[in-house]
Amino acid sequence: MTTKQLAKDPLNLIITGVGGQGNVMISLIIGNALVREGYSVTVGETYGASQRGGPVMSHVRISKETQYSPFIPDGCADIILGMEPVETLRMLGRYGNPNVLTIINPRPIYSIDVTGGQAEYPDLDKLVQTVKKLSAKTWVINATEEAQKMGSPMFANAILIGAVIGSGVLPLDKKSVEPVLCETFPKEIKTNIEAFNQGMRLIKQLR
Amino acid sequence: MANINIDAPGTSQLFMGNEAIARGALEAGIGFAAAYPGTPSSEILGSLASVAKETGIYAEWSVNEKVAMEAAAGASFAGIRALAAMKQNGINVVSDFLANLVMSGIGKGGLVLVSCDDPSAISSSNEQDTRPIAKWLDIPLVEPGDFQEAKDMTKWLFDLSEEIGTLFMLRSVTRIAHARGNVVLGELPKKERRAYFDQIHDLKSVMPTTFMPVPSPLRHFFLHMKMDKARQKFEASRFNRYVGPDKADLLIVTCGSCWLYSQDAVKTLKLEDKVGILKLGTLWPLPEKFVESHLGKSQKVLFVEEIDPFLERSIMEFVASLPSTSPRPTFYGKRSGHINAYGELNPDLVIKAISNILGLTYQPRDAEYSDKAEAAAKSHVPERSMTFCAGCPHRATFWAIKNALKLDGRNGFVTGDIGCYSIALGPAGFFQVRTMHCMGGGAGVANGLGKLGQFGFNQPVLAVVGDSTFYHATIPALINGIYNQSDFILVILDNSATAMTGFQPHPGTGMTAMGEPTKVVSMEALCRSLGARVKVCDPFDLKHTTTTLLDMMAEGGGAKVAIMRRQCELVRGKKEKPPYKVQVDTEKCIGEACGCDRLCTRVFLCPALIWDKKAGKSKIDEVICTGCGVCTDICPQGAIIKEAA
Repeated sequence: MTTKQLAKDPLNLIITGVGGQGNVMISLIIGNALVREGYSVTVGETYGASQRGGPVMSHVRISKETQYSPFIPDGCADIILGMEPVETLRMLGRYGNPNVLTIINPRPIYSIDVTGGQAEYPDLDKLVQTVKKLSAKTWVINATEEAQKMGSPMFANAILIGAVIGSGVLPLDKKSVEPVLCETFPKEIKTNIEAFNQGMRLIKQLR
Repeated sequence: MANINIDAPGTSQLFMGNEAIARGALEAGIGFAAAYPGTPSSEILGSLASVAKETGIYAEWSVNEKVAMEAAAGASFAGIRALAAMKQNGINVVSDFLANLVMSGIGKGGLVLVSCDDPSAISSSNEQDTRPIAKWLDIPLVEPGDFQEAKDMTKWLFDLSEEIGTLFMLRSVTRIAHARGNVVLGELPKKERRAYFDQIHDLKSVMPTTFMPVPSPLRHFFLHMKMDKARQKFEASRFNRYVGPDKADLLIVTCGSCWLYSQDAVKTLKLEDKVGILKLGTLWPLPEKFVESHLGKSQKVLFVEEIDPFLERSIMEFVASLPSTSPRPTFYGKRSGHINAYGELNPDLVIKAISNILGLTYQPRDAEYSDKAEAAAKSHVPERSMTFCAGCPHRATFWAIKNALKLDGRNGFVTGDIGCYSIALGPAGFFQVRTMHCMGGGAGVANGLGKLGQFGFNQPVLAVVGDSTFYHATIPALINGIYNQSDFILVILDNSATAMTGFQPHPGTGMTAMGEPTKVVSMEALCRSLGARVKVCDPFDLKHTTTTLLDMMAEGGGAKVAIMRRQCELVRGKKEKPPYKVQVDTEKCIGEACGCDRLCTRVFLCPALIWDKKAGKSKIDEVICTGCGVCTDICPQGAIIKEAA
């Protein structure tokens, strides 16, 4: 069933953001599409005790051979999909390496430590520059901003899925992801497909 | 949630460990499932309940773990295969029943208990290990090492349980329970189930069928015979296996998710032909012959397991019983300090242990890059402390509690327990909660504090519990407070769902696990019937909530109840649009010049209230704000304004 060779086995993808953004949803859609293509996939989720507002990460490990553990070893990420800028940098600090590819949504979500004055949110431009320096390639996708234009920040998820598929870093294409997307959002199929296509367009413009 | 009832044998699906367990139960022809929701176990019953009607099984959210296990045993006594699932620590609530159930034996229906542990206490109050409890209670125990095994083992346990006549336990951990992986499906049975409590044991016996633990020494003897039978089954189990060379430099002995970490570590270090892995799926009773046949593989044995040294101690104890001519390897693990005795493991920690023992160096990435990346993350990434969601009723409740305690002026305080509201131990709940232990524990502790008047104690005591926790573990504590006239206020945070674990219904919601409407067990009617004075508040009405609490504190006369009623914002937000559009009037907000010292952003700590550094004023993050409008009542300038949306 598996058609495409992997650039590396296992291929290690991290999806990161803040609780409530839709991290788990993205990992589930990508994971399901990969399993249907015949890959062995392990998805590990790390989220704190609260429903929202904490740092979250999903580790997606893709293999043609075996079931890997739900933890990517330190320094071994191949792709980082960052839904929030400082969370992207947090992941690079632990899992990055000179070959890592990064997609970043540059919309900050401030933590209560920042709003409460105990911590400082870094300058956004400098932050994106740092992410670029630590990645072999970086794509900046204004997913939240684009999603708001479409009516709700929640469409950022489909935009980012479109972007990661459009980047070509995963062994998936539009045909394999679209059905899963439709099953996941049966009430909002049209807008989510539009958002997905917008993500693909945005990343192709950056190439 | 995945559809666990998909009729597609042989296909591979992406299932969460919990869904795989539920699917295994379906493939085993389960008829009855009961659980109390809790991390990391909730999706087992959740996914079974979601297909209950179409599969003809019965699934319920029980009021607590003890009732869930007892109800499942009842089904087994009437010949129906039954499963009870529980969270981290849930088994403690059931242990009294279990100590008797293992003696009485089960009915004709196989009976399986699934206990999900949470190493590192990621969403729990402690990281207790269930495995020693199985050993202590003589319950045969297995642990899946991946998602496929989670399904296959569950199915297998029902057969074993019926054949041997005892309860079997499957232990899982967060990284299996809540992770997802490939599961190849098996057949779903199409058998009719009939329940009947058969009271005639056999025609020759004069005694009717009776499930009881007595006579105890004799029953205990029978239990040991059952454990021996289980051991024999375990010796031949395909869930125990060895992977590696015939003679190894190091033998890893492992189980559960650590089996995945161990394989990752050996592959990462490219040591497949030097390091062997002995993976155990059946943990207790120990498959001694199987273990013995592999112990000679290496002079060095490393135990890779999380939390307690369960395999380490069981195997060392077994080795001590072997003749002196048997191989005596050097053991590494928690005792030697090579594996941490607390916290969860991961591939890196196993890599470190192997490298230490074999004298290897491991560097996953370029050193210069490593320094740069770590320094950048350290200097640029701010902390992200736990907080209540935007629009959470608990934030408003704790704001009112904080102000009421201050106005009362007697240094009153709050006892609490586990739930979303544990966040009030920290800044997001204004550090209001001062004790936190088990479910309902705060109400019990308050009972003692409320009786200290004769020793000069006059501080008001408020015990907070969630609505689901109220039904689960608080009612006896409240009865005690009324009977013994203990002075405390039980504050029930009624957000109309078991919110922290995924909004499951409970007896106060009028809805069953299978989505059927049912009778509402009214918490206020129940409390009033016990003789408690009960007040109901809307926490979003800060003024009324504060004055109500103040009034109640001023009164003595035994335990009282304040119900804070407001639906969880995550539930409301899924059904309805935000009620208000909230904005900061930049003319009225005078920023640092105001005497409030940024009360809204620095103290109230709603994630939607942010500080616009350039303007030096407060601002609403419209992506996060849910339009509850509570912050409009805390701004001394009246600069936060709400308009009906």
